[in-house]
Amino acid sequence: MAELDAEVEAEIRRHGAETYPNECCGALIASGDTIVEAFRLPNTTVEGARRRFMIGPDDYRMAEKRARERSGTLAGFYHSHPDHPARPSQTDLAQAWPNLTYIIVAVREGTPEDLKFWRLLEDRSGFEEI
Amino acid sequence: MAYRVLIPTPLRPYTDQKDAVEVDGSTVGELLASLTARYGDLRRHLYSEEGKLRSFVNVYVNDDDIRYLDREKTQLKAGDVVSIVPSVAGGAPVATETLPELTNDEVQRYSRHLILPEVGPDGQRKLKAGRVLCVGAGGLGSPAALYLAAAGVGTIGIIDFDAVDVSNLQRQILHGTPDVGRSKLQSARERLNALNPTVKVESYETALTSKNALELFKQYDIILDGTDNFSTRYLVNDACVILGKPNAYGSIFRFEGQASVFATKGGPCYRCLYPEPPPPGLVPSCAEGGVLGVLPGVIGTIQATESIKLLLGAPGTLIGRLLLYDAWGMRFRELKLRRDPECPVCGDKPTVRELIDYDQFCGVAPAAAPAAAVPQDFEITVLDLKRAIDSGKNPYILDVREPQEYQINRIPGSVLIPLGQVASRVAEIKAGAEGRPIVVQCKMGGRSAKATQLLRQQGLERAQNLKGGILAWIDQVDPKQPKY
Repeated sequence: MAELDAEVEAEIRRHGAETYPNECCGALIASGDTIVEAFRLPNTTVEGARRRFMIGPDDYRMAEKRARERSGTLAGFYHSHPDHPARPSQTDLAQAWPNLTYIIVAVREGTPEDLKFWRLLEDRSGFEEI
Repeated sequence: MAYRVLIPTPLRPYTDQKDAVEVDGSTVGELLASLTARYGDLRRHLYSEEGKLRSFVNVYVNDDDIRYLDREKTQLKAGDVVSIVPSVAGGAPVATETLPELTNDEVQRYSRHLILPEVGPDGQRKLKAGRVLCVGAGGLGSPAALYLAAAGVGTIGIIDFDAVDVSNLQRQILHGTPDVGRSKLQSARERLNALNPTVKVESYETALTSKNALELFKQYDIILDGTDNFSTRYLVNDACVILGKPNAYGSIFRFEGQASVFATKGGPCYRCLYPEPPPPGLVPSCAEGGVLGVLPGVIGTIQATESIKLLLGAPGTLIGRLLLYDAWGMRFRELKLRRDPECPVCGDKPTVRELIDYDQFCGVAPAAAPAAAVPQDFEITVLDLKRAIDSGKNPYILDVREPQEYQINRIPGSVLIPLGQVASRVAEIKAGAEGRPIVVQCKMGGRSAKATQLLRQQGLERAQNLKGGILAWIDQVDPKQPKY
């Protein structure tokens, strides 16, 4: 499991609090086994940012580019769950990619609380917490 | 012909960590087919069970999304590069995702709810997931619990420690005549299960106290206050505020009832309305003051309505409004309520942050009675009274109850002067009791103790209070008379 730099964790929480009551999202850039950057990306969902996030292909490519520039790897993505637990939803599962770390931060009434790491199971049946 | 396919990071573990691979095909579809034939694990991530390219998988030919070309039939030409680019999407669970499904039987049972757009299947699922705790299985708790169960509220908690008394049946419709003497919880559970076996009934045969309230309330979404005394009502209110649980409140007295929803976020609480309890004894209980049996039926049903609306997330609840009902005049009125910023519990600077001793707060602490102050001859037992009568001492028996009580039962020869008139009719009592012992009596001995004290202060030191009142008289001396 990838290590999360403390400052990066703080940045994810900050981002979640700033966008509350909407969802925030961004990419996780790793160097070796450590996530060294939370790279903010715009939430381009058209289904209502209160309950959805979307990182489109252009922004995905930007995240890959960012990882290359830092000589790192794209480890995964983070997003927030305003007023919901830091557990993947059915929507998260339906649209999940394998081999990525998903970080979900629960933001309750504007205050970031739990922050959890998830990974899609190989058979796409669910997530496991890592 | 072979083309280059660029592989995104999450899929590289399936392509031997290569970020680009060369595969054959003349269209995008053929190319992807060759790719997944070579790297089989890619298939389930790129394609759905129905064999369609997943919506969050974007395929580009050079810089163009194939959705704007000829999709998977897009023809490739020399030098084209194909990229697989993820979209990453998701979101918090929409509330309905986590709700229980309805069985076919439940769909039938709740069909009149399901066709209401304001409830619908999702609303009914919210009710099924809902948990409401009824404090008390009496006048208010009875209709409330029945309607909650009928409506399909999934879990109904009931806390009560009483047994069914025949005098409860005039209004407590959870219980029937064969239940007299049984625990209220037992008959409540049976009645609710018979009405709706899909509902889970959780019962707590204990008194609600400052020690158990928070732990119990925590497990429920809504607390329905069906209590009959001030100590418990303040306890319910404060526990609801502390935990942030809505309090579906109701109370009744004689012909009048009131209802509201307290302790919601930003809304008022019971203490905003009544910061202090009334002095003990000022407001009689239903047992002392009486109550129209159908009254709690109306108020308890309003409490159930509000609980159901709260579970559904409906607008128009009684938050910030106190509904007053007068059954005798048949009128509803309402008062606006606001949260009091100075409220000791829900105000801006609360001073009550944990549960306190509510008996003490309401002045009904079972502090040792001032027994020492009561003279030894203050009371007389019913057997001693009987002996006095039989031995010809001709005691003057003063009944200080109300006329309608006197109609029900009485000690032969007693004189009726209701407590409220005793002070102004002392002269009449003095004249009537001339040369005779004086025994003062009521239903159980409470009111008559006050009257006895009053008479003693007015110079009738020989006045004695009948211990246990007429109920003791009937039990021990005259069992043929009815009790109430």
